Amino acid sequence: MPHLTHLQRLEAESIDILREAVAESERPVMLYSIGKDSAVMLHLARKAFFPSRPPFPLLHVDTTWKFRAMYDMRERMARESGMELLIHKNPEAERLGINPFTHGSATHTDVWKTQGLKQALDQYGFDLAFGGARRDEEKSRAKERVFSFRTAQHRWDPKNQRPELWRLYNARRNPGESIRVFPLSNWTELDIWQYIQQEDIPIVPLYFAAQRPVVERDGLLLMVDDERFPLRDGEQPQLRSVRFRTLGCYPLTGAVESLADTLPAIIQEMLLARTTERQGRLIDHDSSGSMEKKKTEGYF
Amino acid sequence: MESQTALIETDIDRYLELHRNKSLLRFITCGSVDDGKSTLIGRLLYEAKAVLDDQLGALDADSKRFGTQGDALDFALLVDGLSAEREQGITIDVAYRFFATERRKFIVADTPGHEQYTRNMITGASTADLAVILIDARKGILTQTRRHTYLASLVGIRRVVLAINKLDLVDWSHGVFAGIEREYRAFAARLGIANIVAIPLSALHGDNMTSPSANTPWYHGPSLLQHLEQVEIATSADTGPLRLPVQWVNRPDHAFRGFSGRLLGGRVRPGDAVRVLPSGRQSTVARIVTLDGDLDEAVNGQSVTLTLVDEIDISRGDVICAAGDPAGLADQFEAHLVWMAEQPLLPGRSYLVKLGATTVGASIGPPKYLVDVNTLDHLAAKTLQLNETGVVTLTLDRAVAFDPYAQNRDMGSFIVIDRLGNQTVGAGMLHFALRRSQNIHWQAVEVDKTARVRQNGHRPAVLWLTGLSGSGKSTIANIVERQLHALGARTYLLDGDNVRHGLSKDLGFTAADRVENIRRIGEVARLMVDAGLIVITAFISPFRSERLLARNMVEADEFVEIFVDTPLAVVEQRDPKGLYKKARKGELKNFTGIDSPYEVPEAPELHIETTHSDPETAATQIVEYLARHGVVKLAHS
Repeated sequence: MPHLTHLQRLEAESIDILREAVAESERPVMLYSIGKDSAVMLHLARKAFFPSRPPFPLLHVDTTWKFRAMYDMRERMARESGMELLIHKNPEAERLGINPFTHGSATHTDVWKTQGLKQALDQYGFDLAFGGARRDEEKSRAKERVFSFRTAQHRWDPKNQRPELWRLYNARRNPGESIRVFPLSNWTELDIWQYIQQEDIPIVPLYFAAQRPVVERDGLLLMVDDERFPLRDGEQPQLRSVRFRTLGCYPLTGAVESLADTLPAIIQEMLLARTTERQGRLIDHDSSGSMEKKKTEGYF
Repeated sequence: MESQTALIETDIDRYLELHRNKSLLRFITCGSVDDGKSTLIGRLLYEAKAVLDDQLGALDADSKRFGTQGDALDFALLVDGLSAEREQGITIDVAYRFFATERRKFIVADTPGHEQYTRNMITGASTADLAVILIDARKGILTQTRRHTYLASLVGIRRVVLAINKLDLVDWSHGVFAGIEREYRAFAARLGIANIVAIPLSALHGDNMTSPSANTPWYHGPSLLQHLEQVEIATSADTGPLRLPVQWVNRPDHAFRGFSGRLLGGRVRPGDAVRVLPSGRQSTVARIVTLDGDLDEAVNGQSVTLTLVDEIDISRGDVICAAGDPAGLADQFEAHLVWMAEQPLLPGRSYLVKLGATTVGASIGPPKYLVDVNTLDHLAAKTLQLNETGVVTLTLDRAVAFDPYAQNRDMGSFIVIDRLGNQTVGAGMLHFALRRSQNIHWQAVEVDKTARVRQNGHRPAVLWLTGLSGSGKSTIANIVERQLHALGARTYLLDGDNVRHGLSKDLGFTAADRVENIRRIGEVARLMVDAGLIVITAFISPFRSERLLARNMVEADEFVEIFVDTPLAVVEQRDPKGLYKKARKGELKNFTGIDSPYEVPEAPELHIETTHSDPETAATQIVEYLARHGVVKLAHS
């Protein structure tokens, strides 16, 4: 008898998770970060509920510092999916003009993303939020549940998570409490790329190599994506063939020099480069347990 | 492994083509830190190149800070996650790791080996197809090995890799390896695990991890990774009947009504006849709808949306089944329960139970027994504490579709949720239904039980005599029937011989067969009660739950449980058929009172202590009880 391939099994499991979460919540939302994992998650949601539209909105917690190409993709996907797109920008961060250049990556991320996310969830009263995190991304995530329970203060308590057995997810919660659900828990980076190729899922062009204006700073290649990028003395943007393995705020996301401009070439590079994708992100470099610390504070 | 890297470099398209048709294997690793479990997983990840350079960099730094291998890489550190546990030097939960070869993607559930063990291991094993059980060759089979094996068998894992590790420390001795393997097979066979592959390893040095080791020329089996790549992964649910619990009713508009869910068993095609539980309504599959177009067929494990030919009412939690082989429907079960919360099980309290896509109110009876996971002994208990496991009666507030766990893991598993805190406090596996719901309506007939009672001049009843072999049940039952017959009552005596020679001649004496035997007798007794008879049964019927099952088949005032109480020492001395002697010698297996338990009735209607009375007096006592309760009239009254 023909067996399901690993991608078919992963897809079926993710769809199962998406449907179960929707059936067990009153006000679900999908956190949409525009990256490749979000692209796969959104694609799976469209499959899970077809021919209906996914019965929840997309939420983008915007920092105003994303790459321009990401904003383009966001508008396109909202249009194509027919789903409602909610954009939340922390008004306090806007008022204070928080940015990665003057306030540093830690403050920038905390105020725009962590606080912004909490504000948005409270403001709309969402009781369940889908996120695109995977267990293989980082060591502390290997133990994360598919249904991750958060207190009314949005805190994640590693000691107070529910055991998950078989395909039985416990999504019950008291008023004010919420659940984060990770349908891609069991996917690896290679699975994501293979699936994008198999399903022909649109992704932000920044993942593909192209000539882009970059400066080298603190060991990272940063793209000068708009005029807000303050050049230091002697810094002169150079056109280099680069691409991004991960997408976030452009001043915090390092590019890699590359000629890979097709999916197979990207996958080839990923397999041969042998560095994990989060390496391009500044926030993980603080200390060995830093992601875990951020999670207990409410970072996704 | 090297060839993979070469292939990536030279022909990425070919590499991707090969990796497109990988299958997926989920396994669990069991053992303690000392057995080298983390080292084993770390090395699998490393050899399969799932470890990337920046993680290796962190590993190098961590090895110097926390490591136990001097300056060498400590693979165990690759698989430790939370910083709190790293500082304590222990892992505290279930962690999932991923690696792939060109044949398979692997998901490894890694569980720690300390006091939270049962809960974590059951969690990790619940989704695993296979268990890797680690043994330190120097120590051999330990209590924990038995515990791991028992827990794996409890959650239905039938494939085990016995990873006999640290063989370098016993000079690669074939004798040590073979001795451990032999002892283990004998033990595992008792638990129904037949598929065992034993592999001699040094996880630390990599021997037999991915390729045959020169250190073990006497070993001709596969390396660990080779075996994991090749082992068969099909389950009985794949070839079983269709099961599709409806998760979500898909109604984009008034024209379309689909039922979304994941197949938990079998396969489905348009045109297939289906029966929907619990309603029992039948229809035919019209389409299998997906975003990629309609499918001709969907198989176990796939998530799909079905439409049916008929407009029938279906909601979340209903199960679409193969019409010819539907799931069972019941609201009371015998189940094996694992308790997972600090607060112990409160028998009788109202919990929630989630089973498939259904959540219902439930109560759990006091454990029939708990299992000591170290010795496998059955112990008496009033409750279950954290990490304890035992057999209970589960009663739901409505009937649900199910299959026994042994037949279908996803149709026979459930979690228990605390109503106040919403925590998952327990997890369980359904053995069988104790009370089947009737969705077959009785044929309405004009001559009914009431009419028969009028004609008979007495009420029907089941006199259920239970007690040890040789306690005098049959003798008493015969006298009771004689006395009742003399009173003009219509009676029938069911006893071991007339049942075992016909109705149950296909059954043996295992626990499962005993249960089935009693179920059949209960059904026959029920029909006879409907016919208006007084049925007298004389069976050992050692288990409370089966007596309860028989009791529940008839009206409350129609069942009379009679405990024929003769101490074991007395029946063993009487031993009218010489059976106790045989059982003591081991010639008879599963003999009640010797190597199979007798569960004493808690509240029988009648308790007859045969050491204080002769059979004639006992029989009279029973007939008088029937007279007192208006079943028969005595001649003189």
